[in-house]
Amino acid sequence: MSDNTNRFNVALHLGDNALILGHRISEWCGHGPVLEQDIAMTNIALDLIGQAKMYFDYAAELEGNGHDHDYFAYKRDVLDFKNLLITEIPNGDFADTIARQFYFDQWHFLLLTELSKSDDPRLKEIAQKSLKEVTYHKRWSAEWVVRLGDGTDESKEKSQRAIDDIWSYTGEAFKPVEYEKGILPENLKEAWMNSVKLVLEEATLEMPFDEFMQEGGKTGIHTEYLGFILAEMQFLPRAYPDATW
Amino acid sequence: MTILESKAWEVLSEVEDPEIPVISVVDLGIVRTVEEANGMLHVAITPTYSGCPATQVIEDSVIDALRDAGLEPFEVKTVLSPSWSTSMISESGKQKLKEYGIAPPADDSTDKMALMAEERQITCPNCSSKNTLMVSQFGSTPCKAHFKCKDCLEPFDYFKCL
Repeated sequence: MSDNTNRFNVALHLGDNALILGHRISEWCGHGPVLEQDIAMTNIALDLIGQAKMYFDYAAELEGNGHDHDYFAYKRDVLDFKNLLITEIPNGDFADTIARQFYFDQWHFLLLTELSKSDDPRLKEIAQKSLKEVTYHKRWSAEWVVRLGDGTDESKEKSQRAIDDIWSYTGEAFKPVEYEKGILPENLKEAWMNSVKLVLEEATLEMPFDEFMQEGGKTGIHTEYLGFILAEMQFLPRAYPDATW
Repeated sequence: MTILESKAWEVLSEVEDPEIPVISVVDLGIVRTVEEANGMLHVAITPTYSGCPATQVIEDSVIDALRDAGLEPFEVKTVLSPSWSTSMISESGKQKLKEYGIAPPADDSTDKMALMAEERQITCPNCSSKNTLMVSQFGSTPCKAHFKCKDCLEPFDYFKCL
């Protein structure tokens, strides 16, 4: 594959992560445990969807077919999406949502920190902008892991279960696929393990064991959940093409 | 600065932020550059938060204002770098925020402290007390955190550092 095709796939991978996780978190809108956290999740969803738009704009430039960001969000099907599987798994209860967000934010922060020094000027500027927002996300999810883990017996038990259940979706981020080589940073795993361990210790939770890991999202092999997300997200623009406000 | 450029800055300093109508897009640091080249104005704007729903409204308002002032032909371009920061808000902008009841961002340093770090003390825009408490890092818009004052008991918005 040409360098441009690889960059195009990387832009889609990063955009899809942000779009799909942003959509997932937005499902909490109106259902948060308290108003302030409902608003926090909606804010994080907005940041991520805004970041997706920047990556899709870049993908459109690289592709050069006259598509815009909406095309990449609304006109592709499951096999075209390159997001990590962790971004598409259901919200579950609040502990599941926090565990998923925590694992993702810790990785996202490290990724964007490195990508902020990229020799690709577009990825660099998107990463620099996103990193500022993601720093707030990372703090929010880690604080909740500590609050729930080191909380009541019930919140601790639910948090440990969520941390264990979602663990098998964390390996994929550290296993490079062909198109990302030389573009995305490698070797983030150690730093990620260390920061995750630090927060889990503070939260009095057990670090899961490294074992079987799910993978496939980056090359379009998804869980059954993604189709349902797309059905909801894409219904309107597919039923009413070019609808405007 | 050319006459056309200074006219454009003047026009843009009247364009209000749709969410905080006391502060202009120039005060907010959203308008990055205005340059006249080959008889055309080139205006560069930058988004605040990536997902801020006001971004599109602001771009439309900027275009409308330039057109209404008869400054055509012009081009409005969105730039991402250098990424917007609260340090781009002008001093008069910060003062206007405070008068409107929004605590302005504190200095240049960020609020994104390490986990469970001690909170920065934010001054209440209503009674100027420093005895305030952060309720949530995320507030009514992407750019604000939610605070309350423990002296006058009023809740207030804090324009958080980015």
